[in-house]
Amino acid sequence: MISLEKVSKTFQAGGGAIHAVEEVSLRIGAGEIFGIIGFSGAGKSTLVRCINLLERPTGGKVIIDGIDLMGLPEVRLREERRKIGMIFQHFNLLRSRNVYQNIAFPLRKSKLSNAQKHEKIVSLLELVGLSDKKDAYPSQLSGGQKQRVAIARALANDPKVLLCDEATSALDPQTTKSILNLLKKVNKELGITIVLITHEMAVVKDICDRVAIMELGRVVEEGETANVFSHPKEKLTRDFMDTASNINKIYELLEEEHELTQIKNGEKLVLLTYSGGNAGESVISHLAQEYHVEANIIFGNVDILKDKPIGKLVVILSGEAENMQKALQYIQDRKVELEVIKG
Amino acid sequence: MSFLYKIAPHLESLQGELIKCMQQTFQMLFISGTIAFVLGLILGVLLIVTKKDGLMQNQVVYKFLDKAIDIVRSIPFIILMVLLIPISRAIVGTGSGVTGSYVALIAGTVPFFARQIETVLSDVDYGIIEASEAMGFGPTEIIFSVYLKESIPGITRVTMITFVSLIGITAIAGAIGAGGLGDFAIRYGHQMGYRDMIWVTVAIILLIITVIQWIGNTIIRKTIH
Repeated sequence: MISLEKVSKTFQAGGGAIHAVEEVSLRIGAGEIFGIIGFSGAGKSTLVRCINLLERPTGGKVIIDGIDLMGLPEVRLREERRKIGMIFQHFNLLRSRNVYQNIAFPLRKSKLSNAQKHEKIVSLLELVGLSDKKDAYPSQLSGGQKQRVAIARALANDPKVLLCDEATSALDPQTTKSILNLLKKVNKELGITIVLITHEMAVVKDICDRVAIMELGRVVEEGETANVFSHPKEKLTRDFMDTASNINKIYELLEEEHELTQIKNGEKLVLLTYSGGNAGESVISHLAQEYHVEANIIFGNVDILKDKPIGKLVVILSGEAENMQKALQYIQDRKVELEVIKG
Repeated sequence: MSFLYKIAPHLESLQGELIKCMQQTFQMLFISGTIAFVLGLILGVLLIVTKKDGLMQNQVVYKFLDKAIDIVRSIPFIILMVLLIPISRAIVGTGSGVTGSYVALIAGTVPFFARQIETVLSDVDYGIIEASEAMGFGPTEIIFSVYLKESIPGITRVTMITFVSLIGITAIAGAIGAGGLGDFAIRYGHQMGYRDMIWVTVAIILLIITVIQWIGNTIIRKTIH
């Protein structure tokens, strides 16, 4: 659906060149929800704007649905843009128009008859759940409602792709949740491919099928959301993962030399990471039965990444040295990641 | 009427002249105001879109307009008027009277108004412009449906401000031969020493401004959401 080939964007600023995006290649399939996550300044906003050429890349190719956008003359490009909806962090609604008129705005260029347009707007209002607000002006709406209007507006021309530029970053967690659910619904019911950029792990975790992690203009890691975050290869990925879980707390406790983290001779403080239901607990009970190794859980966290649970347990293992060795081997055989923190 | 004659004794003999002068003032305000509004709006829009990172970025056009506006703005109106007499003759055929004042009144108003329009339009959030581009709109549609439509309250506000300053310069124009209320006030109020005629002129001008402001405020109230 969307194919970016070695896309680069360099800005000239005050004599120096800033490489906002460097040779990013991505393939995003039709019907996918694809997340691009990165801290601010990573170049993700520029990258998403390169998809509809709001920022014209200085190198590479942007191909959407088989059409090379960069080769199109301005007028044709505008036609293609109508097939790509976009929503923004600050909603960007027209203040002088009410909800209905805002949704009608992108339809000015449409070939639909007035009656069809009206029907379209009414059904969009229903889809985003704002039928009762059609006469309200943006200034009378809450952030979440404004984003709903923006989504309806972005969908007016029946786009194949919806680009979301930090669409939930200005919203509170509750509202974020409801907007994400709406995006999921749009993806499922209308089959629209969604590209979403964010700095919030929670967003990616919730709805993205696949994810790319960006740093300094480059994509450093990419893949299925659950895979990427259950077996992170890059430190940055790990950092993001940690922003969403409370597992980092253990390092703070260690630093404080909290009594929870004190171990006796021969004991080990380990971090177990596993994906899939109750893999962790069954390993722990097995340790006790087979190897007589006691596992004392001091910290635990289970994250749901796009329907797949990722568990993290911090446990203190105690037992005889020989059994301990076998137990550690057993843990690794069960495809549970093991990190010895102490001991 | 007799009450008015009592507080302004010269009104009785001068009312014919006063009405003629009022008509001249209205004519100057209406004709040069309308033309200046359109030209100022066009220039203001040009300034915004040709600016760096604007919709139709063009450094040459922007720099030229920017400098030209600054230069014309810095010439005091009374000097500008004399300066433009040959140009006025070339365009409207005369450099004096009401007709001869239009060129100068427009030149005195447009730069000021264009600058204010530029400020108003720059208040339109760039994100909205970006969103419109993402929807596949071209520059012309964005100028009319977004920049201008979104700015109606602001445009109305600066139009009122500019209108007041236009009234000011029509009075100056009047003093050097264009007729109108300024001319009336100078001739009768100053040269003949009829103080009551000065007060009458002031009252009329205040009335004009009040009406215009009432209209402007109504538009703003109706268009701001």
